[in-house]
Amino acid sequence: MQTVRQTGWMVVRQARNLMREPIWIAMMIIQPMLWLVLYGQLFSKVTPLRAGAGSYVEFLTPGVVCMNAFFGGTWAGMAMITDLDRHVVDRFLAAPASRLAIVLSQVVRAGITGILQAIVLLLVGLALGVRVHGGFAGWLVVLAASFLLAMVFAGFSNGIALLLRREASMIATANFVGLPLMFLSSILVTTALMPGWIKAIARFNPVNWGVHAARNAVVAGGAWGESGMYLAFLLAATAATSLFATWCFRAYQRSI
Amino acid sequence: MDAIVVEDLRKRYKTVQALDGVSFAVREGEVFGLLGPNGAGKSTAVRVLTTLTQADSGTASVAGRDVVREPNRVRRAIGYVAQDSGVDWEATGRENLLLQGRIHGMGGAPLRKRVDELLELVGLADSADRIARGYSGGMKRRLDVAIGLVHKPRVLFLDEPTTGLDPEARTAMWVEVERLARQENLTILLTTHYLEEADRLAERVAILSKGHIVVEGRPEELKAGLEGELVTVELQETDGRVEEAAEIVRAAIGAREVHIEERFVRVRVPNGAQAIPVILSSLDERGHSVASVTTSRPSLDDVYLHYTGRDFAREDEEGKG
Repeated sequence: MQTVRQTGWMVVRQARNLMREPIWIAMMIIQPMLWLVLYGQLFSKVTPLRAGAGSYVEFLTPGVVCMNAFFGGTWAGMAMITDLDRHVVDRFLAAPASRLAIVLSQVVRAGITGILQAIVLLLVGLALGVRVHGGFAGWLVVLAASFLLAMVFAGFSNGIALLLRREASMIATANFVGLPLMFLSSILVTTALMPGWIKAIARFNPVNWGVHAARNAVVAGGAWGESGMYLAFLLAATAATSLFATWCFRAYQRSI
Repeated sequence: MDAIVVEDLRKRYKTVQALDGVSFAVREGEVFGLLGPNGAGKSTAVRVLTTLTQADSGTASVAGRDVVREPNRVRRAIGYVAQDSGVDWEATGRENLLLQGRIHGMGGAPLRKRVDELLELVGLADSADRIARGYSGGMKRRLDVAIGLVHKPRVLFLDEPTTGLDPEARTAMWVEVERLARQENLTILLTTHYLEEADRLAERVAILSKGHIVVEGRPEELKAGLEGELVTVELQETDGRVEEAAEIVRAAIGAREVHIEERFVRVRVPNGAQAIPVILSSLDERGHSVASVTTSRPSLDDVYLHYTGRDFAREDEEGKG
């Protein structure tokens, strides 16, 4: 209970601090729109890419929602590094703050950012003629996929942040992980067109779980069972990476 | 009852034995100074006592609770003002305090009242709703102190509270600590590498050097223990004759020991006015030229020199590396 309350207050702290960064807010809104418009235009004539979707933008929108969520997640550890550098973490640790709350608050904050960005993207998508065929339930699935995906990678990112504790190393790791996982998923290209080995790897890529769930909700407007399964996978992965981050916290504490 | 009891703490970081058998006790309600040059192990000792790190061996208890067995009980009883400010730069002073209170399980009107009280106490009431990024170093430090006090701790740890502050802010911090010290039942453990600071604030000090305590007592007692005055002779020469000169000085006044530091020879004498002519004429006879001679009443510097045989300021500088 104490952990839940503390997590809540720490999320409030981070969200409030971010709200004071106008540039950050602008980027958070503009960048995903840019992805959507750029990729949407670039590949719009290549009909086979989009499988059965009405337009490439419709095919792409759930993909970009997921891309954005997991990119955001991979960078979540930067905030942890700032807190470590500014000794805010030590201050919390010398007080009865739950270790789990310190980690979870970063993870949940990344998840909430993911939801907000997903809403922006869906609205832009609507303006570009995208239809969410799953209706209200479809929206919820897309938001859930974005929320969970951001959290999966935020847990991982925070763990790495606690192990490396250096901004430069963190940036290198985020880049190293981010782009390959994007191309090993069906964000841009339907699974049917992937080479066999990529298809095989993509099955185990959490990014792809999110993309499948979200795309079912937008393009097919069905396959709820499959979407549910993928969301459950993501939930399990969130638990796993958050535990990893908490374990890294112990490693950090042993090192100081 | 003792507020802090430390027994034979040892901790090793890869190549450095940070704590090498440290024992001391702090009485309830007292201001205790842990004094030592940079790298002596002060901050490590504080990190063990505040549950941030664990010692390799030895025991420590704070407010009657063992730091390893009951860390959360200890955390509830202590306030910790770390050497490096723990202020959240992007939040206001008030927000920093509110969050810290909430971590301690406080909330609602009592917390808001306590926060107002503290902002007033540390003189930040007017800047309470400004983002802390814009605070001066002294203001951030005062906010750190307020953060450490929000839950009314029984024991307050102040790790190098004035390092990095300008002289004005340092004096203000001293006044602040003196005011806190008058509060009933608040025990303060202060670490510092400023001898002056320990002298002024601490009722008792323990001098830490290279991971162990060399001497402990009231500052006045420690200084009184060194009778007489310290005579420092600065020699002209820089070659190998300094040791010879030191021996001449020792023999001239029959001192038990002399300390050599580069071109400086230091010796403790009962009466400086009588000793100096003797020292100077002996040196002159043997062809040593003297650049300057000074005498000083014993300070904690001298106490440090006396017990460790090393110069405090020099060791402090070396410890920074």
